Amino acid sequence: MTADHHHPAELAPIEARVAAIESVLVEKGILDIDTLDVIVQNFEDNLGPMNGAKVVARAWTDPAYKERLLSDATAAIKEFGFEGPEGEFMVVVENTPDVHNLVVCTLCSCYPWPTLGLPPKWYKAPAYRSRAVREPRKLLAEMGTVIPADVEIRVWDSSAEARYLVLPMRPEATADMSEEQLAAIVTRDSMIGVQRL
Amino acid sequence: MDGVHDLGGLDGFGPVEHKDAEPLFEQEWERRAFRVMIGWIATQAPPGGRFRHSIERMAPEHYLSSSYYEHWLTGAATMAVESGFTTQDELDRRAGGRFPLSHPDRGVLPEDLTPRTEPRYAIGDEVRVRAWHPPGHTRAPRYVQGKRGTVVRSDGAHDIDDIAAHGGGSVADPLYSVRFTSRELWGEAAADGEVMHVDLFERYLEDPE
Repeated sequence: MTADHHHPAELAPIEARVAAIESVLVEKGILDIDTLDVIVQNFEDNLGPMNGAKVVARAWTDPAYKERLLSDATAAIKEFGFEGPEGEFMVVVENTPDVHNLVVCTLCSCYPWPTLGLPPKWYKAPAYRSRAVREPRKLLAEMGTVIPADVEIRVWDSSAEARYLVLPMRPEATADMSEEQLAAIVTRDSMIGVQRL
Repeated sequence: MDGVHDLGGLDGFGPVEHKDAEPLFEQEWERRAFRVMIGWIATQAPPGGRFRHSIERMAPEHYLSSSYYEHWLTGAATMAVESGFTTQDELDRRAGGRFPLSHPDRGVLPEDLTPRTEPRYAIGDEVRVRAWHPPGHTRAPRYVQGKRGTVVRSDGAHDIDDIAAHGGGSVADPLYSVRFTSRELWGEAAADGEVMHVDLFERYLEDPE
């Protein structure tokens, strides 16, 4: 197809290409724009790291929940109602004083949508995908996250069914905080593993 | 396929352009491209592997020079042409210029399409990833093919993407998380205290010699 010599020479602008395929699929009855807009709006309003943060805060405050989360993450996350595409099979990996976990998808952009939403641009871009499995400690240091040399870095390449969520270590001096207050300090990056709280 | 999407371990892409937060869609066309793909998936239900492979088949120079939602747009348009809903000429005409699509699908089905549900390997077993290099879709990244690792998690049987992506339907295969040392993967460029885990179907694995 790309070798087709009848191609126009000039590349169509991206907006025109979007409009072209969109108009074809609307005419064929494949795209129902109004219905799809509701779905997109749901991504914009209801899916994001604020969901994963609630899971983490619960695990920090409720030992029985943490146990369930580490043994069957999909079911434990579903207790909050967080489920659906790209969250059908969840695995939670726990940071400890000796272990730091980092999540990547080298082949595409696999990411746990129900708990973290759609992935950020840098997660989907070649620099992160190529380097996370090759030189994770150096990469993290460049991103401002220095992992001590005696802490093992475990990288998880989401290459098949499992979608990963990092359970960060609970920061010191948070003993007085409520579950809700704790959820407010959990960041997207800490649940991907590119940040320590 | 050993495509341009298979980025693990490549050099030269520079620093991560990280932002603490960003809008879900930076430009309106990104939102529309996302909407096109989720609409395609909702009505056509392509296997996940077929969806991903529509992007993996992009011309390498196009893949690397375009952003994420342009990948999705190109994949959706390619699948629409391959399913007979439109043509390259029609897309070019409607777009008022060239509409680059992905290269043709070169995937072939393996001869053995028998489903397997009983895992052959147990946690702690040493395995080697086959140096398979199939021409179609696979979830075995190039950087682990031929390498030795240890099974650390057994995830039950799931439909293997390599087969569904090329019209072979749902074929179950046991799935594992396999741990590799940095030394095994990167040799003299390795670092201590770093291990990599890759989720691999049993069909990708063999007994180590």
